[in-house]
Amino acid sequence: MNLKLRVWRQRSAAEKGKMVTYQVTDVSPDMSFLEMLDVLNEQLILDGEDPVSFDHDCREGICGSCGVMINGRAHGNGLFDDHPQTTTCQLHMRSFKDGDTIDIEPWRATAFPVIKDLAVDRSALDRIIQSGGYISAPTGTAPEAHSILVAKKDSDAAFDAATCIGCGACVAACPNASSMLFTSSKVVHLGLMPQGQPERNDRVVNMIHQQDLEGFGGCTNIGECSASCPKGISMENISRLNHDLLGALRAGARPKS
Amino acid sequence: MALDLFTVGDPIADTKAPRDVPIGERWSERRFRAKLVNPANRRKLTVIVVGTGLAGGSAAATLGEAGYKVKSFWYQDSPRRAHSVAAQGGINAAKNYRNDGDSVHRLFYDTVKGGDFRSREDNVHRLAEVSVNIIDQCVAQGVPFAREYGGLLDNRSFGGTQVSRTFYARGQTGQQLLYGAYQALERQMAAGTVEQFARTEMLDLIVVDGRARGIVARNLITGEISTHFADAVVLATGGYSNVFYLSTNAKGSNATAIWRAHKRGALFANPCYTQIHPTCIPVHGEYQSKLTLMSESLRNDGRVWVPKERGDDRDPRQIPEDERDYYLERLYPSFGNLVPRDIASRQAKNVCDEGRGVGPNGLGVYLDFAEAMQRLGRPAIEAKYGNLFDMYAQITGEDPYEVPMRIYPAVHYTMGGLWVDYDLQSTIPGLFVIGEANFSDHGANRLGASALMQGLADGYFVLPNTINDYLASGPFEKVDAGNPAAVEALEGVRAQTERLLSINGTRTTASFHRELGRLMFDLCGMERSEESLRKALDRIPEIRQEFWTNVKVPGEAGRFNQSLEHAGRVADFIELAELMCVDALHRNESCGGHFRAESQTPDGEALRDDENYAYVAAWEWTPEGAPPVLHKEALEFDYVHLAQRSYK
Repeated sequence: MNLKLRVWRQRSAAEKGKMVTYQVTDVSPDMSFLEMLDVLNEQLILDGEDPVSFDHDCREGICGSCGVMINGRAHGNGLFDDHPQTTTCQLHMRSFKDGDTIDIEPWRATAFPVIKDLAVDRSALDRIIQSGGYISAPTGTAPEAHSILVAKKDSDAAFDAATCIGCGACVAACPNASSMLFTSSKVVHLGLMPQGQPERNDRVVNMIHQQDLEGFGGCTNIGECSASCPKGISMENISRLNHDLLGALRAGARPKS
Repeated sequence: MALDLFTVGDPIADTKAPRDVPIGERWSERRFRAKLVNPANRRKLTVIVVGTGLAGGSAAATLGEAGYKVKSFWYQDSPRRAHSVAAQGGINAAKNYRNDGDSVHRLFYDTVKGGDFRSREDNVHRLAEVSVNIIDQCVAQGVPFAREYGGLLDNRSFGGTQVSRTFYARGQTGQQLLYGAYQALERQMAAGTVEQFARTEMLDLIVVDGRARGIVARNLITGEISTHFADAVVLATGGYSNVFYLSTNAKGSNATAIWRAHKRGALFANPCYTQIHPTCIPVHGEYQSKLTLMSESLRNDGRVWVPKERGDDRDPRQIPEDERDYYLERLYPSFGNLVPRDIASRQAKNVCDEGRGVGPNGLGVYLDFAEAMQRLGRPAIEAKYGNLFDMYAQITGEDPYEVPMRIYPAVHYTMGGLWVDYDLQSTIPGLFVIGEANFSDHGANRLGASALMQGLADGYFVLPNTINDYLASGPFEKVDAGNPAAVEALEGVRAQTERLLSINGTRTTASFHRELGRLMFDLCGMERSEESLRKALDRIPEIRQEFWTNVKVPGEAGRFNQSLEHAGRVADFIELAELMCVDALHRNESCGGHFRAESQTPDGEALRDDENYAYVAAWEWTPEGAPPVLHKEALEFDYVHLAQRSYK
């Protein structure tokens, strides 16, 4: 099939960007979305033009590197009725029709400055983890694994939250560019495990504090985050985070300055 | 023997394992004999760690906790992206929670045997010993392993063993273990013990007075090339499966760090040992960029077959039973569809070579669940394999509940890597290599659920104990950017970058990478012969020559330039490919993942030659034009008896 792509081109964070139109021909329905971009890039290189930069790595939906807005939707999630929520690398061209026009843009958020074209800087998410998204258990200090019992339902729910791949689609999809779904997934994962209890109050206040410092917006429970999440992380995590936050503040926990 | 292709140098040996005590006491004894570094002095010592997968992430975090000054480098945007994240199955540990006869000795034995007797006993035994500590550590970090209703950890069995010793987190064990290490690493970054270098790629090793003292790295955003110094350098940069272009590795996985270290003097061990996984989704077109693994658990219920007649392109459902060849069941009546990975892969290749392969390009075999659906019912199949069937449907657009799956082998893991001793130190003092990047524990074939175990063993428990012995003789004399060795390395990287950008030829980097990959898969893949390897060795220098005269790399050095990154990696893959073929050609025996057509039993099975090849082949780099030098490390088996594998 033949497609018209309108792609965001921006040489660097300091320069202005714009949408540029490209034609791609002979696209196979079996190609992944990123393979279609590979074909475009090989053509651009041979034509002496600058290929389109985009982040990607595992191409099997788990590393969280890839992610673009496709026709205004993060990873294209929500555009196709019959397609499960997934990452850009797992979207295949059979979801499109010959003659389609596809808009391709980077994640848009203050906290995610553009590096080049479709690649953005998501290190703000790492700094949220640094502020408390861990259990302090230095190597060698661990007790025998079976000395800590975890109810299966807690372990399963913790796992569900822990499957977040940190791609940033939730932020890109949110009208407020809030990272609440990302932050809550880690707060809930660790908060459901007995090992996570000693730091539970400090964790939630520090992570929320860091999230604010990074310039992410506030959460107004719109739900675009969960609807765009390739791993289907539930909005329930945000409720649980709010519950933890309230408890922590009442207990006197305050962010590290 | 292909003496024109290499020369033989002095043998090498590990001198660090204390062989004067029994194998079960060696690790404890080594830790006792190793020199220690006073906590107050650790702050004065700097360690560079390249890579943030299970090995590098856990090592950097642990060294930071110990009080060393750590500099952590990774090419992705976040340490959480390292390709360990994609491991599905699980992690082995000799906990014997199932009371089914497991022990450290059994895990040790299974691993040596699974590696087809081409690994070092001392290292494997230590791996089995620390496996139990890994599970404890990960649980303490909050890794959400699968649990039973009583709150205890669940286990399952995995290929190549008869006990249940695999711990798992649904089909995302690698992801959850990596996030545990990543979170520990982020904690150390917040604490200030680990300095972070995101999107920064190591492009050379700086060796001063014979010691590894730093690296040259390129900031992938700004393009700035700079030098970084330390008292020791740790490489945790993963495997080199992407030499085959199509593999289950991440697109960015590359051999550049270990290859540049090799060119600086680190010996490269067993480069030809590659693992080809039988159950992957087949290639569907020229534009294909990677292959996706499907858990081999599918072979528990799926039946593998191809049509008896070549060129039979009927809908598989229309092909009657008596016109199908269930070739694994025919060839291996007792193991059937559950033969080990290497055998299943090779037989799939054989039937496709006969022209009986299925799918668009004839490179595929059917994995059919019709019989299992009839026997167990669709709900049971959904419960067992639902997520895998969904993944298959998403990628291929075909419904595996209705039509048999098509599968084909894909390169998955490389057992070879930089040679290391018992301390995980390479032949360059101060250069340590951990995880898939070294050669140490899997011999000629890796068992399922053992890669995660090795990565975390090296990073959490082995390296942080052995590196002290080296660092105790530091801090070493200060090295700065003005040091001649640093200047030479930096200028070399700059020159190569400029050269790549200036060729301005007519072919893309990807086209060279595809050509190299196809050649390697065909001639140095599941089956190798003297003829195929000689052919590859004739062709690879031509590819290299054409690459350096006709590649077209767009853009500038001083900017974010993914084309430039890829070009540098492919340049190194081309060189590594040549060494892989030399190694494969010199090893005139079949073992594990290395199948030489000339070395098979009368019924077509891999035939080892213990008399002549029970050694590690450690290769020394020589400048272009001179053949590489082979150093042999003899393998001695004092605790496991050598035996031929049979699955008939």
